[in-house]
Amino acid sequence: MQHLSILPILLPLFTGALLLLPPLSKTLKRQRVFTVLSMLLQVIIGFTLVASVQIDGVTQYILGDWRPPFGIVLVADPMSSVMVCVTNFLAFGAVCYATGYHDRTGGYFYPLFMFQVMGINGAFLTGDAFNLFVFFEVLLIASYALLIHGGGKQKTQATTHYVVLNLAGSSVFLFGLGILYGTLGTLNIADMAQKVGELEGSVAILAKIGALLLLVVFGMKSAMLPLHFWLPKTYSSASAPVAAIFAVMTKVGIYSILRIHGVVFGDEAGELANIAQSWLWPLALLTIVIGTIGALASPSLKLLTANLVVLSAGTLMVCAAIGSEAATSAALYYMVHSTLVAGGMFLLADLIARQRGKAEDRFVISKKTDNPLFLGIGFAIAAIAVIGMPPLSGFLGKIMILQAAHSTAEQLWVWPIVLLSSLGALIALSRAGTTLFWRHSVNKQQTEEHQTVHIGEWLGIVLLLGASPLLALFGGPVSELANDAATFLHDPRLSVEALLTSPLADGGF
Amino acid sequence: MEGIYAFCVGLMTACGIFLTLRGRTFSVVVGLTLLSYAVNLFLFASGRLKLDGAAVLGMSEEYGDPLPQALVLTAIVIGFAMTAFAVILAMRARADLGNDHVDGRIPQTKEQARQKSGGQR
Repeated sequence: MQHLSILPILLPLFTGALLLLPPLSKTLKRQRVFTVLSMLLQVIIGFTLVASVQIDGVTQYILGDWRPPFGIVLVADPMSSVMVCVTNFLAFGAVCYATGYHDRTGGYFYPLFMFQVMGINGAFLTGDAFNLFVFFEVLLIASYALLIHGGGKQKTQATTHYVVLNLAGSSVFLFGLGILYGTLGTLNIADMAQKVGELEGSVAILAKIGALLLLVVFGMKSAMLPLHFWLPKTYSSASAPVAAIFAVMTKVGIYSILRIHGVVFGDEAGELANIAQSWLWPLALLTIVIGTIGALASPSLKLLTANLVVLSAGTLMVCAAIGSEAATSAALYYMVHSTLVAGGMFLLADLIARQRGKAEDRFVISKKTDNPLFLGIGFAIAAIAVIGMPPLSGFLGKIMILQAAHSTAEQLWVWPIVLLSSLGALIALSRAGTTLFWRHSVNKQQTEEHQTVHIGEWLGIVLLLGASPLLALFGGPVSELANDAATFLHDPRLSVEALLTSPLADGGF
Repeated sequence: MEGIYAFCVGLMTACGIFLTLRGRTFSVVVGLTLLSYAVNLFLFASGRLKLDGAAVLGMSEEYGDPLPQALVLTAIVIGFAMTAFAVILAMRARADLGNDHVDGRIPQTKEQARQKSGGQR
């Protein structure tokens, strides 16, 4: 299908717009059904996109038929199609979960959620650096509104910090883009990659400043060390389905680093080859360390999960710093795994918090949860996957990362830090699980009615956490897919030159 | 022309950063606005500053680069919407948290803390 690669953007856009119009806007029930159906369709489209890229190769969607270096293009390559698929799957789980309780806490939940999905999908698919900025803004403005959704002092305060930080970040993004356009004369990512190698002297230094400004922005989005302080508070105060979809937002930053600093300023960039690497190495490793310390110090399950997101972002940045093909492939596998599991864990934390009364998800002794079996098994799966113990997907992901780091100069740093961070996560999560599930106050009478898990909430958690065993079970095909994507990204003939000669160019007019 | 232009952009950026680092939401919002103005001018200059250069072919001898103008237009629209959101959010925070500090509480100065502890004694 010719228009397949733009559907992940158009479908959520129109779903969101239709949800605001009369037949659907009045009743929550219709909104739920419509959104869940639309999300299901988007998941199918996501998988179709991955399959079609595998079969037919990379597709380039040229908007308005303006030829690549001049117009805006969408590129569906193995990497972006996998990320789109993951985003849609995660969003489907989160929407299912939201039907249980969270869509009632304020108006316009589903339209905002759809715009958020649209922004994320767009950021993954775009082949143009300025368009990347536009989609960043789309996903940001939806996330501002979603973050404050439900209201309350804590959310207002977290949103204030988040909005101010990201507005400053957007300014830096534009400064970086301005410098790059001024020096390169183009913003098409493939075209940039081709022109970067020709720069020399003072112009090259200017372009370097632009590229490093972009690294600051992407670092902020992906929670790189000195810029990550907003994340734990923001993620832990967001409502559960929102926190779940936020789990993929840090990955948008990592993806952009892989795209801009891995491909454009990669090995082929002449004077500017691998300029980000020397910054990424120490920052990535320190991010892992700070994430582990944060996880060990967290007083509640949501904060713990948020710190684990920081930890996984650091692990992914290590892959970006290694910069080899094996590392990129490991990064993609680990990205899929950590996004889905972190999303599932946020949902689980919310359910646990709601069943424990006043204690919520804090690690204190309180009443027993009503569904200890379901929540306990869910927690165990999530914990095993996050820590990286066999047999689940986290183990495979971490093995791939360690293998990629093997025989690099920095192996001496990467191995101990990654392994010790897993130990830290193991300690933090086992302490959390012990308090949450095994230590109860017994003297209280159980007068409150027994809560059951809503079917949508059950489905959301099962979908997201079930992905981890599935990723391990189908580890072969998935890692092959990841290898494909990495090969594509690291081969300039495929990822750069092929995109500049459009198939229509010979007889298109 | 380039010198004055660069100086103005730089000054505006400096003022924007200074105001953004202040503690009250009002000055932070003004700072972000200044920063986005500076960004817009900066983006505009990325297509080189040129006199008598229309962005349409055939209208003048030399022609200007039309792309930065399109970029600036997009940036202005987005910046405007974001500023509006930030203003509303600041008002909401003022109502919810009871003060206009970005942290939601006004930090005590040393003297206040001393007075407070003195009063308790």
